[in-house]
Amino acid sequence: MSNWIEVGALDEIPKLGSRVVETKKGDIAVFRAADDHVFALRDKCPHKNGPLSQGIVHGHVVTCPLHNWNIDLESGEAKAPDEGCAGKYEAKVEAGVVYLSL
Amino acid sequence: MKEKLVLVGNGMAGVRTIEELLKIAPDMYDITVFGSEPYGNYNRILLSPVLAGEKTIDDIILNTVEWYEENNIKLHVGKTIVDVDRRQRKVIADDGTEESYDRLLLATGSNPFIIPVPGHELPGVIGFRDIKDVDTMLDTAKSRKHAVVIGGGLLGLEAANGLKIQGMDVTVVHLMDTLMERQMDEVSGQMLQQSLEEKGLQFLMATQTEAVLGDERVKGVRFKGGLEISADIVVMAAGIRPNIELAKKIGLHCERGIVVNDTMQTFDPKIYAVGECVQHRGETYGLVAPLFEQGKVCANHLAKYGIGRYEGSVTSTKLKVTGIDLFSAGDFTGDDSTEDLVMKDVARGVYKKVVLKDNKIHGAVMYGDTVDGAWYFQLLRDGTDVSDFRDSLMFGQAHLGDSGHGGENAASAMSDDMEVCGCNGVCKGTIVNAITDQGLFTLEEVKIHTKAAASCGSCTGLVEQILASTVGDYSDTPKKKAMCGCTDYTHDEVRHAITDNKLTTIPAVREFLEWKTPDGCASCRPALNFYVLAAWPQEAKDDPQSRFINERAHANIQKDGTYSVVPRMWGGVTTPNELRAIADAAEKFDAKMVKVTGGQRIDLFGIKKEDLPAIWGDLNKAGMVSGHAYGKSLRTVKTCVGSEWCRFGTQDSTGLGIQIEEMTWGSQTPHKFKIAVSGCPRNCAEATIKDFGVVCVDSGYELHVGGNGGIHVRATDLLTRVATEEEAKEYCGAFMQLYREEAHYLERTAPWIERVGLTHVKQKVVEDEVGRKALYQSFLESQEVFRFDPWAKEAEDQETRRAYIPIKKVG
Repeated sequence: MSNWIEVGALDEIPKLGSRVVETKKGDIAVFRAADDHVFALRDKCPHKNGPLSQGIVHGHVVTCPLHNWNIDLESGEAKAPDEGCAGKYEAKVEAGVVYLSL
Repeated sequence: MKEKLVLVGNGMAGVRTIEELLKIAPDMYDITVFGSEPYGNYNRILLSPVLAGEKTIDDIILNTVEWYEENNIKLHVGKTIVDVDRRQRKVIADDGTEESYDRLLLATGSNPFIIPVPGHELPGVIGFRDIKDVDTMLDTAKSRKHAVVIGGGLLGLEAANGLKIQGMDVTVVHLMDTLMERQMDEVSGQMLQQSLEEKGLQFLMATQTEAVLGDERVKGVRFKGGLEISADIVVMAAGIRPNIELAKKIGLHCERGIVVNDTMQTFDPKIYAVGECVQHRGETYGLVAPLFEQGKVCANHLAKYGIGRYEGSVTSTKLKVTGIDLFSAGDFTGDDSTEDLVMKDVARGVYKKVVLKDNKIHGAVMYGDTVDGAWYFQLLRDGTDVSDFRDSLMFGQAHLGDSGHGGENAASAMSDDMEVCGCNGVCKGTIVNAITDQGLFTLEEVKIHTKAAASCGSCTGLVEQILASTVGDYSDTPKKKAMCGCTDYTHDEVRHAITDNKLTTIPAVREFLEWKTPDGCASCRPALNFYVLAAWPQEAKDDPQSRFINERAHANIQKDGTYSVVPRMWGGVTTPNELRAIADAAEKFDAKMVKVTGGQRIDLFGIKKEDLPAIWGDLNKAGMVSGHAYGKSLRTVKTCVGSEWCRFGTQDSTGLGIQIEEMTWGSQTPHKFKIAVSGCPRNCAEATIKDFGVVCVDSGYELHVGGNGGIHVRATDLLTRVATEEEAKEYCGAFMQLYREEAHYLERTAPWIERVGLTHVKQKVVEDEVGRKALYQSFLESQEVFRFDPWAKEAEDQETRRAYIPIKKVG
């Protein structure tokens, strides 16, 4: 039962960057990779809750700005040998518009 | 149809090569591995701790049988390859198993050298090479008393130490006068012998073995001169010989080892060889780091990447005997063309000797305090000219003001529960366990797995020592250190490519230098962004997505995700109006803390990201600009009050500080850059721990460079003395420009100067007047581009302001 929410235009998220969607359950970081894939993760690093939306995006990975953990954008899992998961949400782009499933 | 790769020798070098190959070309070959021993690949260098009872066999297995299955590798254990048909390209094992190959990799290792004295074939005479030998020693120790170890080298002493711990009476017999004479000089060798005697080992020095005695099994040993002692086990540790039996039999060219070229190929180009069995440029290696370097090169070639050549290794040595710290590297004996620097403190049990040749480190041997071993080794490999710091060389890099690891300098004296890394709270035991249980071999691996030395790095020397004393040597860092995992090029090579080929964008650099990853990583992107901007300030365009968040948001991110905001205060001077505006902003934007910084500014903490443009707008209105407290750029110019007020002041230090700050603010540098100006030699602005410090004197201005008040306290070096403010500014700009052009990204001035030498900096900035003026001019020109207030720009621009707010609010 997907419940797609329109987030905004793809162009509003910089390539290799991120924007935040504020929700009652906390912030969600929406990332845009160089290949225009979008990903959505809970905006909290599994390590010490660093805001992943502020990290550097490379490939399908974001590096947390606080202690440089690398988080896989596709799964939300920390890259080995670090362990933990940021929690992921489904995201998609249709006709230049980004949607998020909560 | 995949090509077939066969590995002969299921040991550390061979399997490491396979691992490297799987990393870069996982599906290229059908791989088959033959091993004579009935196990998966294990960590041979940890056999000593197994013998000493500190580890079990399970602890030291590197690749389990499941690992081979998971990687679709066919594993034959307990089978020795006895022949290779090179024409039909197949290997033949002792049980008749045959396997064909397209590429063959020989990693047959080495054999212990058993001295061929009468009786050497008796049961109870063994080497110290594999699990079987360790089992024999452990079994013997259970029921018998007397052990004789022949050979007082690294391996012999580790065997003797283990047997002693297992409760045996151990006599070490050594042909020479000095233990470990290949790694130790006479003095350190004697200190070592004394420590080991205190542990209960007995020594027969300068003694030659004549015969092993016994009928059905070993009963004793007789030496030249007639002395006989009883022995229930004799461990021959008189050296190793490359195992080249198979290679010789199949007609490959061998000398002491199997001769290979720089791509690890033997004289048959389909056959590669790595590890202890090879001879490369006349050298054979028995330590793990060179073998792994070989493995990496070999894997590259097997994967047909065609890059990477093995050019030989310089090695260092550590003895893995608990409680004993010794280190040696290079040629520490010296000759007529070398000089010795020696420090000896018998009461403290410390001895250091560094051998210099043409002011470069040629070799080093240390006993008791080896914390600087890794540093000396680095200087040795880099061929660094040490004349600029020769007077303090013997005291080591860490001799003053190190913080974060409680002043501990000798890892071996630390107990397992003592903290090594003060940033991440990592204890010695945790590091040792990670190294042994997870099979780590390099500093990088230890950093990744334990986080020790991964933050501020002040404990790196200790972690290197722990690594070295656990795995036996530390010599991994290749001579050429790649910028990051995305490329094999070094910082300097990348910088030169950018300058020489006018590369003005990050993608252009990555394409030109064939980066391995499409967008780089969080480590190389900021570096490349800096390098293109530094080289081409007029042409290159800044890439915000390649900047760390602090520089993107022009504020410092804090642990809770809020930011701190620091307005610039020129020379640390402010006004009631500015203070009022800061107070108003702090209240309006609900700053959780207002704090005075170390650089004489005021810091507002707890500001929300979406409020940043608004608070900047307010501060801008009061005439203040960004303090760049977040940037790899000029931070602050700290000043004292100087001659305007102070009764001791010799010059207007405040005024000069303000002038310098107005000239340098906004400039981008490889790392943060701090300046201070003190009005007299009392130096209240602490100018001698800054990147650039001015100390005013009656006759003018002393200019100091390369200071640091952080992890490694480093006092500045005196650059020169000038007479006027104009000159002080010119030298400052020229120095910053040189630093910007030459240093690696994230390298502060202190390590940069230590790397290139003060002489070089003086030559460029002081002696070469034309060069200095050109550097100064380049600095001023780049400042035309960079000297602007990012706050004003972004606070006004509605488009960029949007980046600070959520794209959407839900619910």
